[in-house]
Amino acid sequence: MHEIGITQNIVAIVAEYANGAKVRRVLLEIGKLSAIMPDAVSFCFDVCSQGTVLEGAILEILQIPGLAKCRQCGAKVPLEKPFGVCSCGSKQLDLIAGEELKIKEIEVDEVCV
Amino acid sequence: MCVTCGCSDDAEAKISNLQTGTVMTIQPESETHHHHTHVLPDGKVVTHSHSHDINEVSQVHAKIHGRTISLEHEILGKNNLIAAQNRGWFKGRNILALNLVSSPGSGKTTLLTRTINDLKKQLSLSVIEGDQETTNDAEKIKDTGCKVVQVNTGSGCHLDAAMVQQGLQQLNPPLDSIVMIENVGNLVCPALFDLGEQAKVVILSVTEGEDKPIKYPYMFRASEIMILTKMDLLPYVKFDVQRCIEYAKQVNPQIQVFQLSAETGIGLENWYDWLAQKVVN
Repeated sequence: MHEIGITQNIVAIVAEYANGAKVRRVLLEIGKLSAIMPDAVSFCFDVCSQGTVLEGAILEILQIPGLAKCRQCGAKVPLEKPFGVCSCGSKQLDLIAGEELKIKEIEVDEVCV
Repeated sequence: MCVTCGCSDDAEAKISNLQTGTVMTIQPESETHHHHTHVLPDGKVVTHSHSHDINEVSQVHAKIHGRTISLEHEILGKNNLIAAQNRGWFKGRNILALNLVSSPGSGKTTLLTRTINDLKKQLSLSVIEGDQETTNDAEKIKDTGCKVVQVNTGSGCHLDAAMVQQGLQQLNPPLDSIVMIENVGNLVCPALFDLGEQAKVVILSVTEGEDKPIKYPYMFRASEIMILTKMDLLPYVKFDVQRCIEYAKQVNPQIQVFQLSAETGIGLENWYDWLAQKVVN
């Protein structure tokens, strides 16, 4: 949900950082539990970047798997959904990874004279 | 463009103040007093792909190479910043702010009007209403004598922190009060957008499916309490209350559940007790 709007936002943020320079590559970090679909972002990116300094840039998405810590026994529990059960039986899990939604880095053209 | 998600151009969103009758559009970010920090990462060059041939040092040449800039920029950072400002604003005024979420038609506005009518003598309450269009819900709240502003999001499907911040300026709630924020009816998107509330209250009616909590886990996980409404209709629908509560606790073991009917009044005292206790704390 919201991938079109979020992608427009990404393009705007990156364009601001690029400050007129042409962008070659954008690296995003999207957690698997962030409720954002990377395929939809990629699809929207081609459309949203038209006519901007991001046109033609490569979009790379690093998907961070969900991980929680069990409050009962401290074990790390990998998660596919935002909830689950620890091997010790406890459902009291704190999410520690998988909700990321950030622009990690960009690569821009730099003219060196 | 909405700076948090862009799904609705903020310029379409409107705030209606039902006390004064004024309608205003959401002010674009540059006209408000928020500071907006963009830190360009000086000196954060990670890779640099270019090499000089020593013999060509004296030659002037132009070469285009790639420069990597590490950003670590949170995409929802702007909304989260404004939400944090709202949270601080509420705390400074000792205001309990609650974000009421549900699918459309669960009975949020009916429950809200019943709550206000029952508690207005003991507690100070005011409301921010969120809908795509119309001031219908805000009118119902206004009839209780309670202060209310209506945010119309246009094509937007959720309230965001900026809308709430500007709504609060219009609403001007007093110290030591409760602000109820009735979000746009939607079990998906509001889960992503922090408004600065103290807690989310998810409302589910027995005329919906009992498996809603596992179908929409993000929302139920983000909520502190779940209110099952329209309990007076239970004899007429195939809704398994126990199963629903189990699903909710599967997704959110901490969630507290209240079962009530805003029509008949059964179960309301537990919800009111929770409110009273939240205000004291």
